[in-house]
Amino acid sequence: MNENPLILEMRGITKEFPGVKALSDVTLEVTRDSIHSICGENGAGKSTLMKVLSGVYPYGSYDGQIIFDGREMKFRNIKESEQAGIAIIHQELTMIPELSITENIFMGNELTKSGLIDWNEQRRRTVELLKKVGLSVSPDTLIKHLGVGQQQLVEIAKALSKNVKLLILDEPTSALNEDDSANLLELMRGLKEKGITCIMISHKLNEIAAISDAVTVIRDGQTVESYEVVAGQVDENKIIKSMVGRSIENRYPEHTSNPGEVIFEVKDWCVEDPEVEGRMVCKNSSFYVRAGEIVGFAGLMGAGRTELMRSLFGRNYGIYKSGTIKLKGKEVKLTSVEAAIENGIAYVPEDRKNLGLNLLDSIKKTIVSANMKKILTGGLLDSAKELAASEEYKKALRIKCKDVGVGVSTLSGGNQQKVVLSKWMFTEPDVLILDEPTRGIDVGAKYEIYKLIHELADQGKAVIMVSSELPELLGVVDRIYTIFEGSITGELMASEADQESLMKRMTVTSA
Amino acid sequence: MKVIKKVLGEDLRQYTMVLALVVLILVFNIISDGRMLTSSNFQNLLSGNAYVLILALGMLMVIVIGQIDLSVGSVAGFAGMVMAKVAHDFNLNWFVAVLIALAIGALVGAWNGFFLAKLGIPGFITTLGSMMMFRGLVIWISQSISVPAPDELRFFGAGYMPEWGPAFTGMNNSTLLLGIIGIVAFIYFELRKYKHSGEISGQKQPMWAVVTRIVLVSAIIAYFTWLYGTGREGTSFPIPGLILLILVIVYHIITQKTRFGRHIYAVGGNKSAAALSGVNVSRTYFLTMMNMSMLAAVAGILFVGRSTAAGPADGTQWEMDAIASVFIGGAAVSGGVGTILATMVGGMVMAVLNNGLMLMGVGADKTQVIKGLVLLLAVAFDVYNKKTGKASIIGRLFPSKETEKK
Repeated sequence: MNENPLILEMRGITKEFPGVKALSDVTLEVTRDSIHSICGENGAGKSTLMKVLSGVYPYGSYDGQIIFDGREMKFRNIKESEQAGIAIIHQELTMIPELSITENIFMGNELTKSGLIDWNEQRRRTVELLKKVGLSVSPDTLIKHLGVGQQQLVEIAKALSKNVKLLILDEPTSALNEDDSANLLELMRGLKEKGITCIMISHKLNEIAAISDAVTVIRDGQTVESYEVVAGQVDENKIIKSMVGRSIENRYPEHTSNPGEVIFEVKDWCVEDPEVEGRMVCKNSSFYVRAGEIVGFAGLMGAGRTELMRSLFGRNYGIYKSGTIKLKGKEVKLTSVEAAIENGIAYVPEDRKNLGLNLLDSIKKTIVSANMKKILTGGLLDSAKELAASEEYKKALRIKCKDVGVGVSTLSGGNQQKVVLSKWMFTEPDVLILDEPTRGIDVGAKYEIYKLIHELADQGKAVIMVSSELPELLGVVDRIYTIFEGSITGELMASEADQESLMKRMTVTSA
Repeated sequence: MKVIKKVLGEDLRQYTMVLALVVLILVFNIISDGRMLTSSNFQNLLSGNAYVLILALGMLMVIVIGQIDLSVGSVAGFAGMVMAKVAHDFNLNWFVAVLIALAIGALVGAWNGFFLAKLGIPGFITTLGSMMMFRGLVIWISQSISVPAPDELRFFGAGYMPEWGPAFTGMNNSTLLLGIIGIVAFIYFELRKYKHSGEISGQKQPMWAVVTRIVLVSAIIAYFTWLYGTGREGTSFPIPGLILLILVIVYHIITQKTRFGRHIYAVGGNKSAAALSGVNVSRTYFLTMMNMSMLAAVAGILFVGRSTAAGPADGTQWEMDAIASVFIGGAAVSGGVGTILATMVGGMVMAVLNNGLMLMGVGADKTQVIKGLVLLLAVAFDVYNKKTGKASIIGRLFPSKETEKK
């Protein structure tokens, strides 16, 4: 076919937004039939680069050249880039949950016979495509009945239906569990063999290390480094170093906890799924946390970690069946979130944008929102107290913002998370439940959050940290519970645990 | 531009509508040869629109929680009719009749709130049902005949504040007192804010900006005091206007300064996040709907008082005027955004349009067309501004350094 070993060359790409230079003179060269990883901190310009490539930002709105398959491309929209053979799979899945797999795959490109949709042909092709991505379900299955991992596969099948040559995956595994992630990476290897080049944007260095043939690191809108690697032998620290522009000697801060009395104790906690009758999402869960101790919960996506935490937090999720909570030795009945907060429990949800924040609110309003009693003067909210409180947290947590009156939607992920943490620290809790506190946050901000968690423990608070990232748990917490299908399957001291021993307990029920 | 910003505060968008309102009043005044800015016209403007503005207060809160209440017109009509009926048929004291009307408002609100908060049926459907039901009930119990209202109610619907004290002031002294209270209160709060402004953020606002603001607002209050106070003998600032004024202050405080107010915005902005912050979402829904229907009853009482009789068609389409006021005032259809004061400005824009077009002799048909267009344009302008992040009309007229960069 084409002699050119490069399928894609992006030369001197510069893209400016009003007041900001998002990309400056970025170069990207992607070899045919390879897996090319792009990494960089949040806001480094990865997504902007991909939007330039796929025509979201039309030709003319940026400077530089795109050469794809030996020809210079001037995409005016996504449709044109798709026709050329470039497809993007976005971080957020874009399928319609109420429609079937077939309908979603051919959405916008319906096959027709004399003006009507040719369902038989569409279904036949869908079956073929699903086989290619290794998904064995009926093509008539509705998207909403598929798991996230399976939905991702359907997205890829959709891309394949358009004769894609270059597939861009933007953080493809961010919502997947370990199994599905491994599955997806395997599929990418398979695609490579079938002559489809993949570009993967990812924060997960272990995945990048496992499958990449080449790595490009972008920082502050510029290409920092780009080199070929051998899959499986990638130096992760080298990538981190060029991503943050400084070497992070230790990704996790040093810390020694001084656990005191047990202040939070859960016994035989049982919760039923609110949608499926008879299905228990928590089965006889019992655990305890000491004051000043950081306890981790390890479990795969769907294991029931979040469900357990939310049901403990004033029965915010599920139907309570049985079990007791003891706070500082006294049994309490927390039947509402309000009661949970009053009793000194705080819960930082996993899904920051949908559950953690009201994106319309300002920073100061958000910080006081869970404990407005504290800023009352004569029964009315006191804006001076509100300002004082939020300024205090802005300083203490180093929230980067113009002033505390600006909207939380203007902040980066890391700073948003700091605002959410401030909001819960303002309730002066004894027990802090953090559900994936570092999700979608870049390396530098993660370090700050870890340090904050340690400080909270030093103040004598009981901290519970739920995380899918095992290295993070091992690096930050003191003791780890593993959870599988709603049951707690193991308890290990972090110092004695390693990833394998945890993973074993996260996938098998202890008999 | 910087000067204006310092005086009016950072958020200029909310002043777009105020400016539009001022321009509207001046333009109508010129076209109608000065018939707009007269005592009697403004007295009528206020007492004739107080009921819609009162509805808009409750509607703002309903829209902020992301719902809508279509039943307010029917509920206002029903409450007014029951009040007139019990007073007329059973010879009840007017005060008892008013209490019964308010209780009916609360009950209907509880009914609407129950379906929304406990059963999760969207407010649109719930209140569409109530709208039909209560319109039907009004016609049913009145048998399509108007019922005379107790005379005492006229005071609330169309009365004026009493005349007292020395005559040398040249105006109604109650109105004068109200104006003075307004100016003093404004100066007090401004100075208090000024005193506290530097304490935490370290940036004290300049004194001259505070003074300019005080002079500006005081002049406006003084002008309207004069306008309302120097009308015909026996007229003054109207009682329904006074009731509205008190309600505006009360609801401004409720929405901005209480936990319940914050809960309303939290539920409208992100229901799940609010629930996880300890907000009782269904209670917030319930109370907001209940409050709306009670205000509808208040509006119904004032209207009956003004028109001296309760009619079977009272309240028809009031919900539409209330909803329009809220949206012209910049509230978001998706909830979470909107303020009481902006809603009042939105409502006044509608009222002044109505009034001005009437003074010009434009027919009711054409007035409807113009009002519809204004609603659409106002909201479109707001949405467009939010999308592009561009400044409002004022921002356009006086581009600052920040906006120039964009």
